[in-house]
Amino acid sequence: MADADVKTPVAEGGEAAPEAAEEAPKKQVDPDFEPEIIVFACHYCAYAAADLAGSMRLQYPSNIRMIKLPCTGKLEVIHLLKAIEAGADGVYAAGCLEGECHYLKGNLWARKRVTHVKDLLAEVGIEPERVEMYNMSSAMGAKFAEVATEFTERIKALGPNPVKRAGVDAHAAAREALGGAAMPDDPAPSAATSEEGHAE
Amino acid sequence: MITAERKPLDEILALVGDKKKVLVAGCDTCVAICLTGGEKEAEILASELRIKAQQEATGAEVEHTAAIRQCEWEYLDMIADKVGEADIVVSMACGIGIQSMAEKFSPKIVVPAVNTNMLGMPQEHAVWLERCGACGDCVIGETAGICPVVRCSKSLMNGPCGGSHDGLCEVTGPEKEEIECAWALIWERLKEQGREDLMIKNRAPKKWNLSSSGGPRKMVREEAKPV
Repeated sequence: MADADVKTPVAEGGEAAPEAAEEAPKKQVDPDFEPEIIVFACHYCAYAAADLAGSMRLQYPSNIRMIKLPCTGKLEVIHLLKAIEAGADGVYAAGCLEGECHYLKGNLWARKRVTHVKDLLAEVGIEPERVEMYNMSSAMGAKFAEVATEFTERIKALGPNPVKRAGVDAHAAAREALGGAAMPDDPAPSAATSEEGHAE
Repeated sequence: MITAERKPLDEILALVGDKKKVLVAGCDTCVAICLTGGEKEAEILASELRIKAQQEATGAEVEHTAAIRQCEWEYLDMIADKVGEADIVVSMACGIGIQSMAEKFSPKIVVPAVNTNMLGMPQEHAVWLERCGACGDCVIGETAGICPVVRCSKSLMNGPCGGSHDGLCEVTGPEKEEIECAWALIWERLKEQGREDLMIKNRAPKKWNLSSSGGPRKMVREEAKPV
């Protein structure tokens, strides 16, 4: 029964849609444009991968702002739409590798929802490439940095979200839309407190 | 349950026109269960309309709400305040709910955001099949619990026709999908039930005047009317 559901997203592949680059509108790229990108990151994989990327001292753009979820399966269509509506230039979900979801199929559900949101965005005249689904494991710090870089470049090429409004914090709006589903961020390790933080 | 599908956004936008205060009203009964017009879907449509409005700087304000059931007066009272503030209501209920809204809040303009399509059952999660045509003269007692009115492409009362092959109908669905021959299904189940004789029974023309061809129908239960 659910097998058919599972196969479809796998067949589509987990990486950035190759057609995205082809379909990207021919806009003048503003070299000063710094996109605001929201990442819905799974606690079990991408969030830990981001931590690892940090520990590995890997460089990735500071444009991305994370929201930690217990699983990307928690992400609903409205959460992605609200982030775009609030002016996020790009939004992506980063979940576990397909077949390795802590909750079995949460990441596959997320992929279906992201695909649906792409259709909805196309319907309202926003580039569907502004939303994406990625998969990675907690051990893939390099992949996290690579995805963050690649997606940021993609959004820079697309230019600002046409519905961006001054004074609206898209990250806060996305977090608010999620309500209690968003997990609090891990405390940022600082030079003075990182030892203690890790000891806990 | 009653099922419906959302209209394309362009059609909804054309219905909304240049109205400035838009209320998207979901219905949390049938259309919520078929994942088309509940509060969740109303919120999604409202978000889409806001994105569109912002992009085109129309200045339209879009909100959403949902009634537990748009087809009953009492539940409409609960959303009356929000409806009162709107220039136009985009209803995501079935045709019954939309008309109840239009009548209750007349002369408020109420437009549909969905196409009501059938009385269906969820065969599996996210798949619905038509099972009843509300024809007003049920025959399934003699057809092994399978409705020939909606499940036979030709609504034959004395099937199957010559277009039945290997259990499939000669007609294909809108997406070219195969349709099971209702009369082949009826025959198979009648055999299981040991009631094959019902297959050769000649059924007289049905009372179609009880269906929608007899004009709008009305049902009154005198014993249940308030005294």
